[in-house]
Amino acid sequence: MSTIQLTDAPAGLEGQGFFATSFEKAVGLARANSIWPLPFATSCCGIEFMATMASNYDLARFGSERISFSPRQADLLMVMGTIAKKMGPVLKQVYLQMAEPRWVIAVGACASSGGIFDTYSVLQGIDKVIPVDVYVPGCPPRPEQIIDGITKIQELVKNEPLRRRNSPEYKALLASYGIQ
Amino acid sequence: MSAISNGYILNEITEQFPVSVIDSLESYGMLTVEVKAADIVNILNYLKHHPQIQMNFLTDVCGVHYPDQVGKELGAVYHVHSFVNNVRLRLKCFASVENPQIPSITSVFEAANWQERETFDFYGIEFTNHPNLKRILNVDEMDYFPLRKEYPLEDQTRTDKDDTYFGR
Repeated sequence: MSTIQLTDAPAGLEGQGFFATSFEKAVGLARANSIWPLPFATSCCGIEFMATMASNYDLARFGSERISFSPRQADLLMVMGTIAKKMGPVLKQVYLQMAEPRWVIAVGACASSGGIFDTYSVLQGIDKVIPVDVYVPGCPPRPEQIIDGITKIQELVKNEPLRRRNSPEYKALLASYGIQ
Repeated sequence: MSAISNGYILNEITEQFPVSVIDSLESYGMLTVEVKAADIVNILNYLKHHPQIQMNFLTDVCGVHYPDQVGKELGAVYHVHSFVNNVRLRLKCFASVENPQIPSITSVFEAANWQERETFDFYGIEFTNHPNLKRILNVDEMDYFPLRKEYPLEDQTRTDKDDTYFGR
């Protein structure tokens, strides 16, 4: 008896020999369980991420086996650590190089809000330069919390309408960051 | 123990540059000499090539801001070290905040290049004759000198803190 659990099928019409569901749900299911993350690790949260990737916590269980070190092939930008103002344009460049659809997770207090570094040289949260989907609190967060953030991202990916990236709301969001 | 005493170094400087030395002080065994900004290059050059003293290593250049010290608000502090005699020396010179110009010592110590750029970056001290005086650590777009006392340490773009709890 295998202990492997398969993902539940999305809601749809099932009959003998066929299963019909919306294209959106099938795409969402596929995307959510094969997210390629791009780690942008600058400090101690990055160390926690390494633990998250390693065998004890094993992020691969959630479909993120393949870490992408090229932004071109990545789906999820994971920003972990303090982002200095000088690093801000670099982070934005990496985000711009990612292909749509793309998601962003801010791991830890520094990436989310600047954390304890309330000072002239540190960016007070990465949402000052790029849009963020999920914030993970903690200083640094434990691997369980990072995994919780990833599963939140998976929920977003699974339920995202196919036309969201073409919607005027999404375009307005990007425009507010000066992207296109 | 160092081979030469602080008193000897102070004597040599005062004899060579009688009008340049403004003040001197010895704290924790280290001699501090305040000199006129215009003569800093000559004094460091003299100390570096002095046959006995041989201050051959520039440990650090840094800045300091005293807003209450009218006319000499901004200062540059030079730490030099004689490897030969194992003795250290601190030199200070000041300029006014309206006209913060101090000669660059890069002609004597090449190592001062980046250290003077850092001092310029944080305090706005203009080192005249510096080969490449531009910001080194902060973002190029920064339009102020963050370590001057009139600027608060905290970043003013932060929106999630209640000022009453964070002493702003």
